[in-house]
Amino acid sequence: MTLTEKILADHSDQATVSPGDNIWIDVDVLMTHDVCGPGTIGIFKEQFGADFKVWNKEKVVIIPDHYIFTSDVHANRNIDILRAFAKEQSLPYYYDVGTKDYKGVCHIALAQEGHNRPGEVLFGTDSHTCTSGAFGMFATGIGNTDAAFIMGTGKLWVKVPESMRFEFTGEFPPYIMAKDIILQVIGDIGVAGATYRAMEWAGDAIMNFSMEERMTLCNMAIEAGGKNALIPADEKTVEYVKQRTDKPFKIHHADADAKYCFNKVYNASEMEPVVAKPHSPDNKAKVTEVAGTKIDRAYIGSCTGGKFTDFLAAARILKGKKVAVDTFIVPATMEVEKDLYEKRWDGETLMDIFKNAGASIGESSCAACLGGPKDTFGRTHGTEVVISTTNRNFPGRMGSKQSEVYLASPYTAAASAITGKITDPREFIN
Amino acid sequence: MEDIIEGTAYVLGDDIDTDQIIPAEHLVYSLSDPEEKKNYGKYALSGVPSAGAGLPDGGKSFVADGKFESDHKIIIGGKNFGCGSSREHAPACLKIAGIKAVVAESYARIFYRNSVDGGFFIPFETPASLIGTIRTGDRLVIDVAKGELTHHSGGDSKVWQLKPLGDVSEIIRAGDIFAYARKAGLIPSA
Repeated sequence: MTLTEKILADHSDQATVSPGDNIWIDVDVLMTHDVCGPGTIGIFKEQFGADFKVWNKEKVVIIPDHYIFTSDVHANRNIDILRAFAKEQSLPYYYDVGTKDYKGVCHIALAQEGHNRPGEVLFGTDSHTCTSGAFGMFATGIGNTDAAFIMGTGKLWVKVPESMRFEFTGEFPPYIMAKDIILQVIGDIGVAGATYRAMEWAGDAIMNFSMEERMTLCNMAIEAGGKNALIPADEKTVEYVKQRTDKPFKIHHADADAKYCFNKVYNASEMEPVVAKPHSPDNKAKVTEVAGTKIDRAYIGSCTGGKFTDFLAAARILKGKKVAVDTFIVPATMEVEKDLYEKRWDGETLMDIFKNAGASIGESSCAACLGGPKDTFGRTHGTEVVISTTNRNFPGRMGSKQSEVYLASPYTAAASAITGKITDPREFIN
Repeated sequence: MEDIIEGTAYVLGDDIDTDQIIPAEHLVYSLSDPEEKKNYGKYALSGVPSAGAGLPDGGKSFVADGKFESDHKIIIGGKNFGCGSSREHAPACLKIAGIKAVVAESYARIFYRNSVDGGFFIPFETPASLIGTIRTGDRLVIDVAKGELTHHSGGDSKVWQLKPLGDVSEIIRAGDIFAYARKAGLIPSA
């Protein structure tokens, strides 16, 4: 069995499972946030009754992160619904807005707060829940109805996906980030290239990535239609997880005779910086092919490109320079923000590097990655051309249907911010 | 589940993502409040760029200004319909706008699953693209049991065979995942 099949079988009543099997599995963690939580809670109460308790309060994690710093009354009302539900259900893992418990973007907070554990099954009401596959666990996005079903029962039916294997041998060049790799792969297989399938990553180059870079790689599996992404857990995973939770976990490995429906081996040293051009994440171009394209804005943030590693990359390029276009920096979580204030590159804190470069700093949340309410930090309102470290460039995704978004790595976004046009990061680092 | 679904078509292209189906700025309304949730009908498909809105001509709003329901009952889509976010507001807004069935070449996984488990409408698949054949406003009739789509255009009519609903047909027949689970004895009856 593949790693995905192993984990699913372990959570079912069957010893082995095969692609195409419809099975019921036990859920270890259910995560929801402010956009889908209220709807989930509404269905939960309608179906199970107003006084019904969640199946296991230790296993429900609620992380408000989408529409936090807005005057939108409906958005703020939705936070009130989450708060009341967490109180009524005595949920220990509710990270409330406006308190010291507030975290920020759910997928990064899940990792940082110890909710990602190898071998477990995590469902979340957000398509980027596949991010957690970086920890050798099965993680995927669901809707409100499925989430409400889990809330009451702790179970959900799944169809066992076929697995695709992407192996990168050798070493990536120093100017290549995980973002370049996932954009390359999505460009190769297309936005529906992994529909109903698991994307399993392998090879020395992948295992040399940090946990944050692994999260970037798994984060965008959904942009190829993938059900989940997986990187097997290793010492790096164990070290990260043990620093953040005492809960036990189980490490699975794919069998030697595991069957993959797709297998591709890349030579890591041949990878180049790439972007996804408007308006689709599979609209791949090498940075050299679009270099010189004028931009109005750079945006560095989100679950995909707003982690500490992403900002460290941006800081290496922005240090001592000035940005030529509006540049928005949005740390994914409060922990990332704290690191920006405390950690240094070449003697200067990252926050100082960004401020001195002339960038605007936003508060930890999803912010303009998905547009959001009109007063969202960094949201587009017109015909802006944006280079962004986020995950989607669909029409209107960052707010305005007329704006154009190029998805890129933090290196490429930072290099482009300095010149005001799409720029190969190799001009700044080599 | 209705046996016969009848109405006019609203035709869209490939890769219709959930940000086009319901732009994120509108995801703030309650789905539990009957009055407030009407807003999802109002803004359904409001993110589709004009050129692709109501093919082949485009420029046709799915829901007219000031209204909360569409004149159309069936959406014809292409490949990878509903890609992107897991927001259940996407299939929900189509239902709230009055949609009874979507007929597409293929679906993104989460959207398909949400449509079925939430019981919003039936997501049918076609063996080949109907985008170039059916025009927005054409009259369609779906015989659910037979899995047949009848297309009326001018004085002519043509019948297309839809793909079988397969594994999820039991859930569709029951109504949604809760009704299915109760019927199957997986959860107690309400």
